Amino acid sequence: MENVAIIGASMTQFGQRDEWVLDLLSEAGTACLDDAGVTPDAVDHLYVSNMASGEFEGQTGIMNAVAHDLAAMPAYTARIDQTSSSGGAGVKHAWQSVASGASDMTLLVGAEKMTHRTTAEATDVIASITHPVEYKHGVTLPSFAGLTARLYLDTYDAPRESLGKVAVKNHRHGVDNPHAQFQKEVDLETVLNSPIVADPLRLYDFCPITDGSAALMFCPESVAKEYTDDYVLVPGVGGATDTHVVHERADPTTMRGVVESSRIAYDMADMRPDDIDVAELHDMFTILEFLQSEDLGFFEKGEGWKAVEEGRTERGGDLPINPSGGLKSKGHPLGASGVAQVYEIYKQLMDEAGKRQVDADTGLACNVGGFGNCVITTLMEAN
Amino acid sequence: MMEAYRYPDGSITYPGHPIGPGGEEPVDTVDLSEYTAEVITWTTSMAAPPGVREPNTLAIVEFDVDGEPVRAIGGVVTGDEVEIGDEVRPVYVEELREPGAGIREPESQEWDGYRFEPV
Repeated sequence: MENVAIIGASMTQFGQRDEWVLDLLSEAGTACLDDAGVTPDAVDHLYVSNMASGEFEGQTGIMNAVAHDLAAMPAYTARIDQTSSSGGAGVKHAWQSVASGASDMTLLVGAEKMTHRTTAEATDVIASITHPVEYKHGVTLPSFAGLTARLYLDTYDAPRESLGKVAVKNHRHGVDNPHAQFQKEVDLETVLNSPIVADPLRLYDFCPITDGSAALMFCPESVAKEYTDDYVLVPGVGGATDTHVVHERADPTTMRGVVESSRIAYDMADMRPDDIDVAELHDMFTILEFLQSEDLGFFEKGEGWKAVEEGRTERGGDLPINPSGGLKSKGHPLGASGVAQVYEIYKQLMDEAGKRQVDADTGLACNVGGFGNCVITTLMEAN
Repeated sequence: MMEAYRYPDGSITYPGHPIGPGGEEPVDTVDLSEYTAEVITWTTSMAAPPGVREPNTLAIVEFDVDGEPVRAIGGVVTGDEVEIGDEVRPVYVEELREPGAGIREPESQEWDGYRFEPV
């Protein structure tokens, strides 16, 4: 099996955009073709990561529409939906298409258009992933976060402030990300005094609702060398699933999908947690950064909050987490988020991250669907 | 009836599944409304989706069915408060959420069920 490389990447401005989902996909797709120096007729496979364009705006069949708009026909195309981890699932499908030999050039574009909906409507679209016994009680993803955060703080004797410090850190990181929805610092007092959303979590513990798109170009390493001397390798990608019904998990503070998907990726890449120099984690809620940092093996169970308190996950720390600002600051356009995580690691490993640059030869992206229901972990290294 | 499924290995799930955690089909049902449960964790949601009461206090609870643990999620009876470790019992509610107010097709699922109140 040949090494899989990424030779180009792009992302649009994240935030409240006037454009609709097809416009956003075309914007990122065109920019990625330009960045990679690849012409549309060279694309063998085109994957579109998206959770709910039909529900949000009544636009379906977007993979075919994007292929047409980018003149990428007759490339094989498919829409990838894995809820909030649609982007990561797209990375896995794109990787597989190249690793299997089925494609010599695969374009992945992820996008979501959400902000034309009210917060309540958008929350309900996302909550529609829940089981009927959850949905009828009005269970939402934010309420899962509140339930889990309370249990985590109680079980591991972690201070409430430690969650707030995740928000403060990621907002600080987002200041240097020109694509981020929020490029503004917040202080801990503001976070801790913001309105309650799902007790004990408050407004600043949650990512915003976002429009945006991101894209990546995958090919075999031998093909990459025909285009460029500078590329990033993807030595491991793992995907795993946990229960659909969240309360059926024996320990709600452990995300089995994260544990299993990272185990698969580490084994595939012959890497270990302490080999990772930088990580982008799915901080849709601040509590998720603790859970993932532990379940990926970076820190002992129940110790993730201490790493944040000690500044170890800052850009200047020994394991920078979410140097992009994360979903918290950058925004979370569902289908684009997992693609944008890999975009950030790509930029870091290409030494093109500007003010966000950290010292890294390896990186990891962890994209979470639902409340850990589906998870994709991607490992990357500089060539 | 708050129906849970029991499987050949003794495990019980709520809701039931066509195939249980051990890979086998269910052999029996259990009515959890006849039992009390312990609060594992809880939250009060202040940003409820369409058709849901606001605030909406929710709890994950654990029943002990003859030594077999089984968990469920549900709202806490309006006006009541709970803490981790509290004992609660299920209370039937005819309509937990306004059918049709949200995105889900009203006919696709049931809307009655059980909330929890402290014992």
